[in-house]
Amino acid sequence: MTGGRHSRRLVPAYLATGGRAHPSRNHLDRLTTLHAACEEIPVGLGPEQRGVLELIQPGALPLVDAAAYLRLPVSIVKVLVADLVSAGLLHARPPIPQATGPDIETMEKVLDGLRALKS
Amino acid sequence: MDSARSSPDPRYLTGNDPVLIKLLIAGPFAVGKTTLIRAISEIAPLHTEEVMTQAGAFVDNLAEAEHKTTTTVAIDFGRLTLPNNLVLYLFGTPGQRRFRLLWEDIAQGALGALVMVDTRRLDESFEVMDLIEEAGLRYAVAVNAFPQAPTYDLDTLRDHLDLRPDTPLVLCDARSRDQSLDALIALVEHVIAHTHLEPA
Repeated sequence: MTGGRHSRRLVPAYLATGGRAHPSRNHLDRLTTLHAACEEIPVGLGPEQRGVLELIQPGALPLVDAAAYLRLPVSIVKVLVADLVSAGLLHARPPIPQATGPDIETMEKVLDGLRALKS
Repeated sequence: MDSARSSPDPRYLTGNDPVLIKLLIAGPFAVGKTTLIRAISEIAPLHTEEVMTQAGAFVDNLAEAEHKTTTTVAIDFGRLTLPNNLVLYLFGTPGQRRFRLLWEDIAQGALGALVMVDTRRLDESFEVMDLIEEAGLRYAVAVNAFPQAPTYDLDTLRDHLDLRPDTPLVLCDARSRDQSLDALIALVEHVIAHTHLEPA
């Protein structure tokens, strides 16, 4: 209960999206993977949108990791990501196991992987 | 005391578009969720702060935030890379029903849930198990063996917790990586067994 939890944001979370209520893409998940879709970040973006693009410029991150590093709620980051995807500045890849969850082959591989970690 | 400090250096995904698998580590406050995540995760646990209305709805617009008192819920998570281009994500999930929307958002597409139990507060785990069942997830139960907590044999605990006979129930010191891995293995075995029995 220490550390980052008490740090203050410069912009309140609800202002970071310009006050819009809902993401235009409701399919975004916490584990949607974000990839950069632009080599240079265009001027004129809001600081929060720029923050997302700067964060993922060096490599891919799940949406939830981006929210943690940016210290923004997941619900806010979903709105930012939806806008950036619409603008063609960001790729968002849904997690392979969709709403139904992973298939049996994947689960068997998870099991094998966990067993192999036992010392 | 658990603390989840955000690392300043992002840990980017490696591999070729890895498959991300969600697991829930669910349980009441201070039951050891973050301790278990820390024991298993390859990164220092991160957290998000979810802002919600008192009614449990996500806050993402100005009008709502101005007119209602909001609650911030911290959700800790960790990551574990496995062979075969798989990455496990472990989400520490609070048990309260008033955060139900948040719950459903995290549970979406999850492989299953590990419910953590403190033998001094068994009743606090009932709400958690109800929420998991309503979300349609399979679960296993891990009793975090706190030194000062009373010990019961597993049959007595199973009885008190009113578990189905096939629901895995394991003892687990959440500080131990090996024991925590065993608890996850019991969970995944259980989910696989039932997926074989009940093909989609």
